Amino acid sequence: MEALANNLQVLFQGLALGSIYALVALGFVLIIRATNVVNFAQGDFAMLGGYAMILFTVGMPGNPELHIPGFAMHVPYGVAILLAAVVMAIIGLAFNYGVYYPLRNRSFLPVLISTLGASIFLQNTVLALFNPQPRPLDKLFNIEGVTIGGVFLDSQYLVILVFTILAVAFQYFFFEHTLIGKKLQATSQDKDMARLLGIPVTLMIIITFVYSAVLGGLAGMLVAPILFVSIGMGSTIALKAFAATIIGGFGDVAGAIVGGIIIGVIESFAAYYISVPYKDAYAFLALFLVLLFRPQGIFGEKVSEKA
Amino acid sequence: MSAAAATPVALARARSNIPGLILLAILAIAFPLVPYVLHVSDYVLNICMNSVSYTMAVLGMVVVLGYAGQINLAQAAFFGIGAYAVGLGTVVWGLHFWVSFMLGLGAAAIAGLVLGLTTLRLGGHYLAMITISFQQIFDLVLTNWIDVTKGPDGIPGIEPPALLGFHLTDKRAYLLFCAAVLYLLIWFVWWLPKTRLGRAMRAVRDNELAAETIGVHTLRTKVIAFTISAVLGGIGGSFYAAGFSYISPDNFSFLRSIEFLTAVLLGGAQSPFGAALGTVLIVLLPEWLRFLKSLYLAVYGLGVILIMVFLAEGIWGLLRNTFQRIRKPVAPVIGAVPVLHFEIKAQSDRAVLKLENLQKHFGGLRAVDGIDVEVAAGTVHALIGPNGSGKTTSLNVVNGIYRPTAGRIFLDGIDVTQMKPHERAGLGMGRTFQNIRLFQTMTALENVMVGGQRDNNPMEGGREALVTRALSALDFVGILHRAHMIVRSLPYGHQRLVEIARALAAHPKLLLLDEPGAGLNQTEKQELVGLLKRLRGHGLTLFLIDHDMGVVEKVSDRITVLNFGKKIAEGTPQEVLRHPDVIAAYLGEGPANAAARA
Repeated sequence: MEALANNLQVLFQGLALGSIYALVALGFVLIIRATNVVNFAQGDFAMLGGYAMILFTVGMPGNPELHIPGFAMHVPYGVAILLAAVVMAIIGLAFNYGVYYPLRNRSFLPVLISTLGASIFLQNTVLALFNPQPRPLDKLFNIEGVTIGGVFLDSQYLVILVFTILAVAFQYFFFEHTLIGKKLQATSQDKDMARLLGIPVTLMIIITFVYSAVLGGLAGMLVAPILFVSIGMGSTIALKAFAATIIGGFGDVAGAIVGGIIIGVIESFAAYYISVPYKDAYAFLALFLVLLFRPQGIFGEKVSEKA
Repeated sequence: MSAAAATPVALARARSNIPGLILLAILAIAFPLVPYVLHVSDYVLNICMNSVSYTMAVLGMVVVLGYAGQINLAQAAFFGIGAYAVGLGTVVWGLHFWVSFMLGLGAAAIAGLVLGLTTLRLGGHYLAMITISFQQIFDLVLTNWIDVTKGPDGIPGIEPPALLGFHLTDKRAYLLFCAAVLYLLIWFVWWLPKTRLGRAMRAVRDNELAAETIGVHTLRTKVIAFTISAVLGGIGGSFYAAGFSYISPDNFSFLRSIEFLTAVLLGGAQSPFGAALGTVLIVLLPEWLRFLKSLYLAVYGLGVILIMVFLAEGIWGLLRNTFQRIRKPVAPVIGAVPVLHFEIKAQSDRAVLKLENLQKHFGGLRAVDGIDVEVAAGTVHALIGPNGSGKTTSLNVVNGIYRPTAGRIFLDGIDVTQMKPHERAGLGMGRTFQNIRLFQTMTALENVMVGGQRDNNPMEGGREALVTRALSALDFVGILHRAHMIVRSLPYGHQRLVEIARALAAHPKLLLLDEPGAGLNQTEKQELVGLLKRLRGHGLTLFLIDHDMGVVEKVSDRITVLNFGKKIAEGTPQEVLRHPDVIAAYLGEGPANAAARA
């Protein structure tokens, strides 16, 4: 009985963790579909979201070496989330213009490398501005959680699960049932054709970057109370989220969610039963196996280039 | 160029920049000797050692990224494999330096090979992701598998090797030795693009599909490039470990991989000299930019973006382009080359190409729905049909880009249905593309040489024969004078001819032409018809698809008409073009059309 409860406990944690990977993976997939490029700074959106929350709720000391003053703004948690989302939207806009736009007519490789550069830039800017020490963030609700049948359900984990379900539902509705969603889909499938049909392609890509920055930021805000906010928090999440998109099927929305959950659960169980220090390696091992035996991923289709 | 007496190979010799090479050689020889002449501090020696060992790893990036166009974000891991082999081998396991060194190279090569084989089929983003994963796992193992790797404490006390009885314990002597090795490696990387393998790599980078189709084993080429890169990383790491006598996991992190990547991009990924330049800058920049303090890495990240936006070919590429602009334009090739020889067996009744009940379905769409075609030796056979009738799909199935849903394909009596495109090319199936697919950054001559280097090309002799063959092919299509031009800069019509020459250099038994007339003006079309007739005159078998009835009618012996994936007519041009079904398929049926015809 206790073994079952333990396993359920591990499963629950895996699902919550997987939801975070899924959220970041969704941001990945959107950008892949709109621009055909993997954004290696997607995880840093999560990191920035986490830091924004810290700034708006408890504040942070600055860096005396560079004469950067500290910053604090003690607004209520809900307002902080809204403010942080606005900050993320602005960052997404800047990211589009600074990192993607100048390279939009080049092959995927320069853009990919450019996003890697952006990732280094974002992490180290935050590091230079503020103290490198990891920061804790309060949970959304001021309760620890509930225990059901010997399984402790942490309130923040529940928040993560609920938010992920809402985000997925919203995204489905947005893309399938709104005109702007359809335009975004058209842009992602054939930019030239979309442009000929009068769809403002540049604007659509801006929307994609803004949306995925906000989504990534929200993932960071949600996971911050569990993981601590640190400079590197985004990279690890992003790598697993990217692994999730490949496992699920490159560029597939449902695949990203399922892939994310699978990785979260695998990681949770492997850390419990095998070894904690190698926790971060299991996702990658799963990825290797998928690439060996089903390279197109779970939902992916085999496609070949047209002559 | 004294053209009259020049041999074909002399004609093909690219211009070299003698003063530049002498300058480089002087710099290269002077660099490791400076510490012997002037007094330099240990700090400067360390910077030199850093530059030398890093450059070795960055040379690997030139091969994999610059030549083969594949990303590698785990070069620091391969560097680390070499370093840990030497560290663990000499200090912990008590092995001889050179034994450990070889172990390291072996391990790096195997890791590169395994990674390459699993992911290079997929390429692109997958490769980026998998190499990052490998880098992360490598980090985790170094840090956590303490029993073997000594964990975060690292390995101290690594000693430089002995060479022919000399102990290279003096830092200056060791630097001199490493610089010599580095120069050898630079020479190797500089020489590589001019080889068969190097041309194949560049072809894969420029247009993978075309490379595969004309006989380059693309997967093998990419895997070899990746493995060479891994080994170069391993070599660099080995010398690094012995040079600094202490290694720890921090030296081989993901950030170091990015550093190697940045070095090659900054310097110029196309050239080993660019790699050396980029590496030296990447080693020196943190020293110069100390005033930025903790902002350094942020500026560095910004720098990566700026390099991508403003320095697409790196500093070396920029220098070279500027230099070339002030020099004379490429001299046209004039001179006598042998006439193109067609290796064609005596006419037989056997079909050179035979399609049996060929089918290709995409989901529910039957793009090709059971066609039978026989292309007789020495004839020109055309496949025509309205848009969407399955012509290009058929051609892609014949040539192996698509696997057929059902049916069989025979090339000169050999069943090739299950073969990959490059295997078919190796049996003598040549092809051109509707939307020209050349290797854009290579010269016309190099493009044609890649075509000529297919497997089983019936050709005696080595490189010289290949060059001659390629020049003859260019001469045959009438653009020998353009041989040394980069194809990107050629006009469209000439690009099409380069593509045909590329196919001809391979001695094709069968040449597939996908809308050879597309995009040509009337004069160029006339010339094309003339060229196709000449090819037919030499007994070459052609299978072509085209919309342009003018072209098809003039050159074809036999025409097959497709509509909705099925064959609706076949025969001589006169028979087929009067066939009522064909007219209906092209012009539509019914009264509305009768008016149009009137």
